[in-house]
Amino acid sequence: MDNRIQLVAIIGAAGLLLFVLELVRRRRLLERYALLWLLSALVLLGLAAWRDGLERLANAVGIAYPPNALFFVAFAFVLLLLLHFSAAVSRLADQSKVLAQRVALLEERLNEAERRARGDAPAAEGSSAAAGPALDDEDVIEPVGARRASDR
Amino acid sequence: MTCVRPDSSHLAVVPAYNEAATVGDVVRRIHADAPEWDVVVVDDGSTDATAEVAHAAGARVLRLPFNLGIGGAVQAGFVFAREQGYDYMAQVDGDGQHDPAELDKLVTHMREHPELDVVCGSRFIRDNEHRYPAPISRRTGIHIFAFLLSRFVRQPISDPTSGFRLYNRRAIRLFATDYPHDYPEVEAILMLHHHRLRMEEIPVRMYARGGGQSSISSGKSAYYMVKVLLALFVGLFRRRPLPEPGGGAPVAAETGI
Repeated sequence: MDNRIQLVAIIGAAGLLLFVLELVRRRRLLERYALLWLLSALVLLGLAAWRDGLERLANAVGIAYPPNALFFVAFAFVLLLLLHFSAAVSRLADQSKVLAQRVALLEERLNEAERRARGDAPAAEGSSAAAGPALDDEDVIEPVGARRASDR
Repeated sequence: MTCVRPDSSHLAVVPAYNEAATVGDVVRRIHADAPEWDVVVVDDGSTDATAEVAHAAGARVLRLPFNLGIGGAVQAGFVFAREQGYDYMAQVDGDGQHDPAELDKLVTHMREHPELDVVCGSRFIRDNEHRYPAPISRRTGIHIFAFLLSRFVRQPISDPTSGFRLYNRRAIRLFATDYPHDYPEVEAILMLHHHRLRMEEIPVRMYARGGGQSSISSGKSAYYMVKVLLALFVGLFRRRPLPEPGGGAPVAAETGI
């Protein structure tokens, strides 16, 4: 492999590694999300520095020109990271859904309580069942990610 | 009108997104035609006066801070019903499609068949007498879902997208924990099947929308079709369809990778 391309690859991978570490150090990136980045930077750095390893990898999967193997690995990591983010976004979307529902329920309860405190009649005519808290243990909604009561 | 036992409580959940034109009438009609029902309107992040109109009409109002889509809005109703300890919950759409006078029919059917957890009002059981005026594209989609679901759950399903359904406590608890997102009614049938809850359809009348815009335009409905089909097939292979007590939280993805 050409020495220049190896040098570029090493500098690129090392720069990525340092940048990720710096982001974590400055608390701009949660460790949870940094791990995959660190892993990909380390693997790329390793393959860039260790030529023999890269060549063996390229031979094993049938890539004629070893530096292409490096690009291939980098691309695989990019795909993995994107999938990781899709999963993270899905989780956030679901969590914000639950939060929105909780906010709506709490706001309604607050309004109802304030109305009652002011001595107005409740807005809903004949909200009979809604009167007392009819919660048994199983009915309590727990926050996302919380351990459930039955765990204990 | 059937005699309703005073010790059971009924909640009508009206999901509404920018339905200020019709939601007031819907609430008033429920109060008039089904007086033993409490009404809660779920305002799904509307930008018009939906919440004010509903409140003025005498409903309790859950205001979602932003638009969650029909599934998230109805689920807020399920959570409300569960927390307030209602025995029965029904969904009545805010656009005036559903006839509150038919709520009684659903309840009566469930009382006659106590083994049922969900009673669903279907537009298509009674075929020629009262044709439901839906666009042909939509009807085709509905029939495809009906065909697939009937095979999946080994029970004839004629109207899988009907939201006019009555739920008992078990079903309320299930769907308060986990309810699908788009066209939730279709996937919900599969969830019921997975959890061995029983459901039956009875014929009801439905009207064309009273006003406002359907949340599902024809362009979008193709997109939803594909999405729901994906959800259905993935749902078939879900190892644990429902987050069980002590299991992972009901959130789309686990923490980390």
